[in-house]
Amino acid sequence: MSEGQAHLTVSTKDEVTIVEFSDRKILEELSIRTIEEQLFDLVGAQTGIKLLLNFHNVEHLSSAALGMLINLDKQVARQSGQLMLSDINPQIFEVFKITQLHRMFKIHDTAATAMKHF
Amino acid sequence: MELGPEIEASLRTIDISNTLQEAKKPEEIILREVSRCGYSEDATFAIKLALEEAMTNAVKHGNGNDRTKRITVRYSISPEQAVILVRDQGEGFDPDGVPDPTEPSRLSLPSGRGIMLMRAYMTHIAFRAGGSEVCLIKRNE
Repeated sequence: MSEGQAHLTVSTKDEVTIVEFSDRKILEELSIRTIEEQLFDLVGAQTGIKLLLNFHNVEHLSSAALGMLINLDKQVARQSGQLMLSDINPQIFEVFKITQLHRMFKIHDTAATAMKHF
Repeated sequence: MELGPEIEASLRTIDISNTLQEAKKPEEIILREVSRCGYSEDATFAIKLALEEAMTNAVKHGNGNDRTKRITVRYSISPEQAVILVRDQGEGFDPDGVPDPTEPSRLSLPSGRGIMLMRAYMTHIAFRAGGSEVCLIKRNE
C-alpha cells in the first residue's frame, strides 16, 4: 500500500467495492481532502460501482466528512452506482441523526447486511 | 455571555497561526486536560467534535484561510465543566443568519453544519465580539 493510499483499505467481494478507513480519527478535517480524492478516483474508475463504506474503525468525524459523503453520494449517482454505509457506531450515528443525514444515506448495521441490499 | 471573574482568571491562552495543522495543537492540549479531569466518553466526543468545528470555522471562514492571521484559543477545564473560547481575526458574522442545514432544500449541500453541531453537542454556546469569537461550554454530566 502506497503512502498516498494509507488512509483507506479497499477490497472487493461479490462485485462490491468495500472501503474501510485505516485510522480511527481518519475523518477529521485534515484528512478529508485526501480521502475524498481517493474515493472519487475509485468511483470514477468504475461505472455502476457498488460501493460500501465500512465505518467500523471510525471514532470521530467532522462536518467536513459529512460534506465529503454528500459529494461522494452525488458522484456515485452520476456514475449510476450505489453507495451504502455500514458499522457506524452509536456516537457517529447520532451525528447523522442530528443533521438529518441518516435519511439521505443507505445505512446498515453491518457490512454483511449491506451486501445483501446491493 | 459573561463567564464570571473566577473562570476568566483561570483561562489559559494558546495562540496559533491560521492553518488546520496548527489547529490540532490546542485540540490536543485541551483534550488531554479533558481526559485528566475524567470526562465521560460522550462528553469527550462532544468536546472534540465542537472544538474541531470551531477551529475549522476560524481557519476557513473567520480568517478566510489567510496564513498571516492568527487564532487565539482560551480555555479552562475543570472536572465540572469545560470552557473554550476560539477567536479569529476576521470581520465577524451573524450566527443567526446561518441557514438551517436540515431544511430539505439544503440537506444535499456539502457545507453549513458546523454551527449546528456545536449547538447540539455543547451545554452552552455563545458568539461574542461580533461573531469573531465563539464560547463553548460543556458540563461533565
